[in-house]
Amino acid sequence: MTEVKKIVEKEVLMNGTQAVAYAAMYADVDVVAAYPIRPYTEVMDTISKLIADGELDAEFIVAEGEHGQFETVKHASLVGARTLVGSSGVGWLYAMEAIVVTATDRAPVVAIIGNRALDDPGAYGVEHNDALMVRDVGWLLAWVDTAQEAFDTTLIAYRVAEDQRVLLPVGISMDGGFLTHSEQIVRLPPKEIVKDFLPPYNRGKYLVHPDNPITVAPQVNEDWVMEIRRQHEEAMERARVVISEAYESFKKVFGRYPGSTGDIKMPENPFVEPFMIDDAEVVLIGMGTVSKPMKVAIKNMRKQGYKVGMLRIRWFRPFPTQDVIRYLSNARVVCVIDRDYSMGSPNRGGVVYHEIRSSLYDLDQRPKVLNFIGGLGGREITIQDVEKIIKIGYEHRDTPITKPVYWVGVRGDPW
Amino acid sequence: MAEKEIEEKVYKSIIKTIKDVPLEEYYTSGHRTCQGCESALVMRFLAKAAGPRTIVIGATGCMYVANTTYYTTSWVVPWVHTQLGGSGAAALGTAAALRALMRKGKIKQEPINVIAFCGDLGCADMGLSGVSNAMTYDYNLLIILYDNESSANTDIQETSMTPYGAQTSFSRPGKARRIMKRRWKKNVVPIIIAGHRNVKYAATMTPAYPLDAINKIRKALTIGGPTFIHSLDPCPKGWDYDPKFSHELGVLAVETGIWPLYEYVNGEIIYNEPTKSIVEGRMKRKPVKEYLEKQGRFSHFTEEDIEYVQRMVDEMYEEWEIPGVMPIKSINVKISDK
Ligand code: SF4
Repeated sequence: MTEVKKIVEKEVLMNGTQAVAYAAMYADVDVVAAYPIRPYTEVMDTISKLIADGELDAEFIVAEGEHGQFETVKHASLVGARTLVGSSGVGWLYAMEAIVVTATDRAPVVAIIGNRALDDPGAYGVEHNDALMVRDVGWLLAWVDTAQEAFDTTLIAYRVAEDQRVLLPVGISMDGGFLTHSEQIVRLPPKEIVKDFLPPYNRGKYLVHPDNPITVAPQVNEDWVMEIRRQHEEAMERARVVISEAYESFKKVFGRYPGSTGDIKMPENPFVEPFMIDDAEVVLIGMGTVSKPMKVAIKNMRKQGYKVGMLRIRWFRPFPTQDVIRYLSNARVVCVIDRDYSMGSPNRGGVVYHEIRSSLYDLDQRPKVLNFIGGLGGREITIQDVEKIIKIGYEHRDTPITKPVYWVGVRGDPW
Repeated sequence: MAEKEIEEKVYKSIIKTIKDVPLEEYYTSGHRTCQGCESALVMRFLAKAAGPRTIVIGATGCMYVANTTYYTTSWVVPWVHTQLGGSGAAALGTAAALRALMRKGKIKQEPINVIAFCGDLGCADMGLSGVSNAMTYDYNLLIILYDNESSANTDIQETSMTPYGAQTSFSRPGKARRIMKRRWKKNVVPIIIAGHRNVKYAATMTPAYPLDAINKIRKALTIGGPTFIHSLDPCPKGWDYDPKFSHELGVLAVETGIWPLYEYVNGEIIYNEPTKSIVEGRMKRKPVKEYLEKQGRFSHFTEEDIEYVQRMVDEMYEEWEIPGVMPIKSINVKISDK
């Protein structure tokens, strides 16, 4: 256990997007590229005001579209600028080509994804398929749950992304509406101590500058792609260590574990948030704000004697395989709640479901895994929904799975 | 900077004769462009004109694929790839970062040139909105469209910059339709100067006039702000001619009037090289036939097609209010009855 300093933090009421903007201001970003799309946009609205008020000294580029937005920060990052960018839903997809090369060019950009359903039909509400589109291409991906976690994770993201062992972009996902637009108390540390946590961005020998005339991203063809992909993948693996170090250092510098607000103590694990899991026979898994109805339902059901707990995924890439194995190996049934889908996939399940099932495959004693697809397009996953999920999970302790995937509350398919 | 000061600086930046061109090369061996590739000359000129304190950004295209094969980069200055439609945004990001880092004291304060180049697809088609956006900001950046009139790198496909009637893999003459490409070539510099009020300098060029080309690049960088140059680059592979005629075709493009050379400086058009003599009536345009018949891509043209192109070129000089530049006829100008 590291020693914890006493730090006086300011309590401010803000929503998830504002929390990110404040963290970027604390990180002293140099270049911000904006393009509007709900629900992430308020990050940029807030940054614009912070610059106008003289709180932040940065170039603010309004791009011609999301592709240009992401190309802008990629190139700014390669010449040594700390950058902020973000998008939602189809905007994120419009930028996809630029998003992929941001990772392959090893630009430590930090992006905020206000998760939103993909068109068509139009919906502002949350769905995780937007951010999950990049799950395979070397972005570090975090899912935050509270405005506090959004603030803290943004600072951590810069530190991890810019670490020379990593040099990869970080995407921070937050549920559209449920977090982007709901106000919560956020504790802001004194700005002066941020430098003790976040060193200046230093690209070292990869800096693009006339003093260091390198050629970036030349044509390699069949000769080198294998090696470059492998290096990229190894950086992703090294990020696990760097993330752990960053969380420890955060605690040392700011006097609390990332995500904790003082009253609410976040378990000291960067990658997952376990909740009432030690003796749980049924474990619920989810990402983002679904943890709220999950926690309430778990407490309710515990009172009725159900031994149930939760594991919230905080970092999806790198995927917390070891934590998943550690926390789930004693469970009998795992219920994965996916706010996403993977059409035509094995069992017709969601993305997180497959990741969990795959993580557990090598265990001799595997828990059963059920999948609950719900909350698409911003529909609420209610406490009652979660209680029902727990009951279904409980029923499967001793009975074999006949129906692996349920759609929570979908019309026309009673569950 | 005061206008006078800029004028002085521009005057100083101009190279008077070809013998005064710096010997240093910042785009050197290591590339594998085709023999007679004029776009490669554009690269050489831009690097030479800009000098060592420069960052070059290159969009996907021939000048990416052929110039930066891993381990044999031809660039002596820092060079970064951007996606096909990314040059405007990439130039913006680079220039914005340099400004922020210098202002905040994170890097040394000094002028660093930012040049992004893109081909027809990367500039005039997919990348146009990004280039346009870059032209609305006040950063110092130069975007060069190297126009070989096709998607050459993918084996010569039609783009919006391919001239009327030219054969490409997407516009092949056939039994029922002799002319597949019936669109007229996009006129990019006028789009830039008419639509972007803070652009102080834009120009057309072709490598057949090296001093004109080098000086235009230097002027753009000296005048600063967002600037734009459109270069017509004869391409032996795409235009289907013997590589030894590259220079000649560049000259013919100008002398026939198909490719007018001009620069836009602070609201005014200045004609250069033969175009100046043509517009001022001191030189007769050569027939377009001389240019068209030397290229295999027009080998299916009949006399009628050649006449049509000739008429279209004539119109540029005889009917446009700003000859060779803007396809606009003023309501105050009486156009002779035909
Ligand atoms: S195809 Fe044309 S533009 Fe491309 S390298 Fe060859 S000559 Fe140059």
